[in-house]
Amino acid sequence: MRDVPPPSRRTRLRTSLRAAPTRLKDRSPSAPGFWRSPLRGTWFTAVLGTVLLFGMTLLFVTGLLSYAAYNPDLAPVNDKTPDKGLLGFYLFSWPTDPHWLYRLTQGLHVTVGITLIPVLLAKLWSVLPKLFALPPARSLGHALERLSLLLLVGGALFVFATGVLNVQLEYVFPGSFYPLHFYGAWVFFAAFVAHAALKLPQTVRVLRAGGLRERLRTHEGHGPDDEGEDGLAAPRPAEPTVSRRGALGLVGGGSLLLFATTAGQSFDGWPRATALFAPHGGAEPGRGPGAFQVNKTARSVGVGPDRTGESWRLVVAGPGRTLRLTRADLLGLAQHTADLPIACVEGWSTSDQAWSGVRLRDLAALAGYEDDAPAVLVESLQLRGSFRKAALRDNQVRDPRSLLALRVNGADLTPDHGYPARVIVPAAPGVLNTKWVSRLTFGEL
Amino acid sequence: MKRVHASTKQVTAPLKRVTALVRRWYGEGPLHLLLLLASFALALYAGVRLLADDWVMVAVWFVGAALLHDLVLVPVYAAADRAVTALVGGRDGGRRERTMYVRVPAALSLLLLLVWYPLITRQVPRYERSTALPADVFLTRWLLVTAALFAGSALWFAVRAWSAARSASRSGREEGAGRG
Repeated sequence: MRDVPPPSRRTRLRTSLRAAPTRLKDRSPSAPGFWRSPLRGTWFTAVLGTVLLFGMTLLFVTGLLSYAAYNPDLAPVNDKTPDKGLLGFYLFSWPTDPHWLYRLTQGLHVTVGITLIPVLLAKLWSVLPKLFALPPARSLGHALERLSLLLLVGGALFVFATGVLNVQLEYVFPGSFYPLHFYGAWVFFAAFVAHAALKLPQTVRVLRAGGLRERLRTHEGHGPDDEGEDGLAAPRPAEPTVSRRGALGLVGGGSLLLFATTAGQSFDGWPRATALFAPHGGAEPGRGPGAFQVNKTARSVGVGPDRTGESWRLVVAGPGRTLRLTRADLLGLAQHTADLPIACVEGWSTSDQAWSGVRLRDLAALAGYEDDAPAVLVESLQLRGSFRKAALRDNQVRDPRSLLALRVNGADLTPDHGYPARVIVPAAPGVLNTKWVSRLTFGEL
Repeated sequence: MKRVHASTKQVTAPLKRVTALVRRWYGEGPLHLLLLLASFALALYAGVRLLADDWVMVAVWFVGAALLHDLVLVPVYAAADRAVTALVGGRDGGRRERTMYVRVPAALSLLLLLVWYPLITRQVPRYERSTALPADVFLTRWLLVTAALFAGSALWFAVRAWSAARSASRSGREEGAGRG
């Protein structure tokens, strides 16, 4: 070891003065030298982008399925987006089989969405230098692509924010959740498809170049396959504090933590206790046969005992025929049992509960439809909340498991589960399983 | 054969000219242009419906989400990360590997807060009324999970430090025992 004399104060001052203009330029985020992380690079972005390519596609498809599950084309009461136009091109009759269908698709939609948040944040971090890149546009094509990226990033954050807030019942967004999330998703997806198509060749090239292990071990973004001109890799990277493997591990760990503390809200029993932060995780409400998850309590929607007691009547209406039935009348009709879950648009669901009551198609027969039961308009006693009225399609009414339930798990319905009577239909979203039913109108929506 | 070849040439020649023209004026290939135009058409179709109700606030949310993320959230967490690196990693960066023991639990804890802040900070009065579930559990759980993350990280650090010290003493005064 040889001693090197420390530079004199004067020399140091001179060097730093000479470097000053460079430093000032480097302080602007438009300067490539501003961005120092050695992790950034085409490969890192390509890995995250590939995860999002599959993840976002799954979210979009399950989102479209959830939209179809409401049967918005059946009746105006089901349709929160009447001006959808061509965006409803794919709508179809939502099936009743398998009975856990909506539980699966919507559980995936919300759980995968929450799980992808760290990946989205990491992806946005990895491409942040490009936001500040100068000149603003090299060409008309470049300008259009940057405009498209605003729709992509704004759209992704908008859709994730509305979704995450909605499942927590924090309705601070400007308007009704349904149109905001639905149209926002279409704006996002339009930009997403273009972005994926434009970046796919480069992504495939970088990922197929191989050397996965080597790349995970190293720190620097630069590699033989990094195309320098894309401006992602830092030209003067700082000393690494973490390997690529470590960084991807942190992103994956964040996803795993969110998944592990959310997924349990789709199951009864011990798994629900593991969902520490999910809105319907933790404990079941109350005790006894009615101790399973509630979306809206009777109190929260203005249904009190004064209207659900002896004075309650169910109106069953058909063409030229209107019946008024007491709860005892209903219990006197043929009783059937069906094991069905409650599955909410908010992503949580219960396991199968043993419901018993009168088949909807038997009530349709009472209303005058002996053979082929038609669609039905269901009305609730509730004073507040959306879907106080909801329509069910004929395939839902005809399913032998579709009930006007009076009892659950061997006991009368609790007030919060819809006493005196509620609808339960296989594979339907929770809001279409109307509680505190006051009227069924068959054939006219 | 020759004739066929000539006819394809006749077709491709104008196509090439169009491509060259688009490249010159647009800066990218014609497919790029078509793809973006199709994308904008769909985005516009959905966008006018998105903005139909309260267009000012929806636009504020849409653009604001991007701005809030890019110009507030990222600079804040990047600055926090630098502060951690400077504090824990040593002045000359000689202990950089230590930063992960603070970074990881902090990042995971803040991630949970970012996603679930309405429930954790009890912003939602309707939660308890609607679901009949207690609303005060989330803050406690978050604090406990945060404590567990930091405790686990500290334990891991201690184990690593202990095993490093043991292997160092075992290899005696052998030189070059430092990290690779």
